[in-house]
Amino acid sequence: MINSIEKLKEILVCGGTGCQASESNRVFEVLKEEVKAENLDKQVKVIMTGCFGFCEKGPIVKVMPDNVFYVEVDEASARKIVKEHVLKGRIVEEKIYKDPKTLEKIPEQSSIPFYKKQIRIALRNCGKIDPENINEYIASDGYMALAKVLKEMAPEEVIDIVKRSGLRGRGGGGFPTGLKWEATRKSKGDVKYVICNADEGDPGAFMDRSILEGDPHSVLEGMAIAGYAIGAKQGYIYVRAEYPLAIHRLKIAISQARQRGFLGENILGTDFSFDVDLKIGAGAFICGEETALINSIEGGRGEPTVKPPYPAQVGLWKKPTNINNVETFANIPPIILNGPDWFSSIGTEKSKGTKVFALAGKVNNVGLVEVPMGITLREIIYDLGGGIKGGKKFKAVQTGGPSGGCIPYEYLDTPIDYDNLNALGSMMGSGGMIVMDENDCMVNIAKFYLEFSCDESCGRCTACRIGNKRMLEILNKITEGKGEMEDLETLRELAETIKDSSLCGLGQTSPNPVLSTMKFFYDEYVAHVKDKTCPAGVCTALLKYYIIPEKCVGCTACAKVCPVNVIHGEPRKVHVIDREGCIKCGECFRTCRFGAITRK
Amino acid sequence: MPKYEVDEAKLRQLEEYIDSLSNKEGALIPVLYKAQEIFGYLPKDVQLFIARKLGIFAAKVYGVTTFYSYFTMQPRGKHVINICMGTACFVKGADKILEEIKKELDIKEGNMSKDGMFSVDTLRCVGACGLAPVVMVDGKVYGRVKVEDVKGILDEYRKREG
Repeated sequence: MINSIEKLKEILVCGGTGCQASESNRVFEVLKEEVKAENLDKQVKVIMTGCFGFCEKGPIVKVMPDNVFYVEVDEASARKIVKEHVLKGRIVEEKIYKDPKTLEKIPEQSSIPFYKKQIRIALRNCGKIDPENINEYIASDGYMALAKVLKEMAPEEVIDIVKRSGLRGRGGGGFPTGLKWEATRKSKGDVKYVICNADEGDPGAFMDRSILEGDPHSVLEGMAIAGYAIGAKQGYIYVRAEYPLAIHRLKIAISQARQRGFLGENILGTDFSFDVDLKIGAGAFICGEETALINSIEGGRGEPTVKPPYPAQVGLWKKPTNINNVETFANIPPIILNGPDWFSSIGTEKSKGTKVFALAGKVNNVGLVEVPMGITLREIIYDLGGGIKGGKKFKAVQTGGPSGGCIPYEYLDTPIDYDNLNALGSMMGSGGMIVMDENDCMVNIAKFYLEFSCDESCGRCTACRIGNKRMLEILNKITEGKGEMEDLETLRELAETIKDSSLCGLGQTSPNPVLSTMKFFYDEYVAHVKDKTCPAGVCTALLKYYIIPEKCVGCTACAKVCPVNVIHGEPRKVHVIDREGCIKCGECFRTCRFGAITRK
Repeated sequence: MPKYEVDEAKLRQLEEYIDSLSNKEGALIPVLYKAQEIFGYLPKDVQLFIARKLGIFAAKVYGVTTFYSYFTMQPRGKHVINICMGTACFVKGADKILEEIKKELDIKEGNMSKDGMFSVDTLRCVGACGLAPVVMVDGKVYGRVKVEDVKGILDEYRKREG
C-alpha cells in the first residue's frame, strides 16, 4: 500500500533517449515545478534516471518507495501524480500499465510481463539511480568491487575470477573475457591500454547506449578493474558521435570519478593509477572491429588490419591493448562482488550470465530486456515482447544485425546462446533483435542489410568491396522482377567466397543475412524470380494494382492522379486499370478514399 | 602563409584550437570535428590548412575526411534533417518518409534544398527504436513520423525563418 507523505519519496523519471524524445524532459520539469508549488521539496526528490527499458510505453515515471510504475506520462498526468499520488496517496489509475491480454492493471514494475523473466545484471542500476550523481552509484555498491580488487587481490586472482565466471565478450564475438585479459597481461611491455568499445553500430540496437546513459560509472569501474588486472594505466572509451546524451553523461561521470579518487593517481591510496579519456567516433560501422577501432583512435581511417598479431600483443600505439565492449565491462563489478560461481550459475553450459537485447520491429513491447542465456526466442518475443503488433503473423526474428541472420518460426523454441545462434546461421551479435511479420519481404530485408554492408565496407578486401556490390546488384534485379534462377546460385557462390576471403568480421559475416534468408525463406526468392510476385507485397516493381469493382464509386480521383493515364472509366461508373502501361507508382492506391484499389 | 579561400576569421579560430592541443598525435579526427563545427563542412582549403598545420600529408586528411560519414565536403543547409535508416525504422517505413521529405523540398539531386534552408541526410540508428520511424531536425527527435506529418514538421522551421 502507499506510504504516507511523512516518509521520503522519490519520483524517478526515465531520461533515456527514447523517453526524452517523447518529452520526458518536460515531464521532469513539470514534476519538479509541482513538487515545489506544493512545498514538498524536503520530502520528495525528483530524479532523472537512465533507461527503464520499456521504451514502447515511455515516458516512464516510477514513484518510490511505493513501487508504482506509470507509463506514457504527459504533463497533465505528471501534475496529477503529484497532486493525487504524492499528496493524497491515491494511485493515478489511468497511467498504470494495463496488460492487453488480461486487461488487469499492474502497478508494480516486477509483475509486468515485460519485466517478469528479466534478470538485470548489466542493467542493474538503469532506471534506479541518477546517472549524473556519483553518490547514487556509490550507494548501490558502486566502486566496491574496485576497492575489493585493489585491497585484497593480486591481478592474477582477478583474471582467474573473470575466467571462472565464464563471461564471454558481449560485443558479438563471444570470446572469453578472462582469456583476453590474461593474454594482455602476459604480453611484454610497460605501457598497456584498456579500451571500451562503445561504437554500437548495429542498426536497431541500443543496449550499450542505455548502459552508458543509465549507469556510466559501472563501465568506468569495470575498466579500472581491467586496468589493474592487465597492468594498464590508461583507458579510452570509443563512443559513437550519434549518442550525444551518452557522451554528455560519460563526461560527467569521468570528472566525478576523478574528483572522488576512483580515477587518477594512486586510486584509493594504493599505488595503482588509472585514467579514462573519451574518443568520439565519426560514423563508421567498421570501427566496431577492434583493429579498425585502434586505427581510428590513432587518427587514421578505420580500416582493419590482419590478425594476428592481436591487439593483446600489438594494439594502440603498438602497445598491448585489451578491448571489451560496454556490456562486458558493466558485468565485471557484480562478478567481483558476488563471485564467479554466482555468475556461472546463470545461463547455459557454454554461455554464462545474461544478455541484454534491444527488442524492436513489429513487436508490441519495444524496448530493452536483460534475460538469462538459455531463454527461448519465443519467451522473449511473446512473453516479454507481448507478441506481434496488430495481431499479424510472425515471420522471422533477426539477430546479430548486418552480420546475423533471420530465424523463422520453427526455431522459436531454440534456447538463446552464442553457439545455438551460430548453428542457425545467425549470431548473438551485440544484441539487436528485430521482429518481422508477414508484411516484411525477406528478400527486401536481405537487400537492406547488404546495402548497409556495402555502404560500410572499408574497401580494403576485394571480396567484400566488390563481392557485396555484385550480390546487391543481383538482389536489386530480383526485387525488380528481372531475376533468373541461376542468379540464386551465383548469390550463394559469391556469399561463400566473401565469407572465406575477407579479412575482418564485417566481410566474413556480411553475406549472412542473404544466406540465412535463402536457407529459411527460399520459396520467397523463388516467388520473386519465377512467379514475379512479392508474397509480402513490398517490392513495388512486382506489385499489380487492381480496382475492386464492388467498392469503386467512379469518383475519377484515381484517373486524375495517374501520371501515365492508364486508368479509364466514366464518372460514376467502375474504373479499370490498364496494367500494360502502369508504372506502379501507387498514386491511385494512395488517393482512393473508398479502399477500392488493391495491390498484390 | 599560403592563401586559403575560406573565411579568415574562422581559419584563425581553427588555428587557435590546433595550437591549444597539447598532444597532436592522433588529433586529426578531433581537429576535423572542430573544423566542421566552425565551417559547417570541410572544403578543400580547410583540409589543406589542417594538413600543413599538423605536419601530415593532405592525402591523409582527405582519406580520413572521406572515410567517416560524419564529415562532409558539401555545405549544409541551415537546418539539417536526418532520417534514421536503422532496421527498426526501415521496417516501419523510413524510406517512404525520406521520399516524402525530398518531394516536399523538391530535392532531386544532392541533398540540399535550393534555398539552402534544409539539407537531408540519412543516418544509422539513433537508438530510439521504440519511436520508429524517427526523423531528427537539428538534433530534435520526431518519433512515429507518418508521411502526412512531414509537411507540418518542415513548416515548423519554415515559419521560424519567416
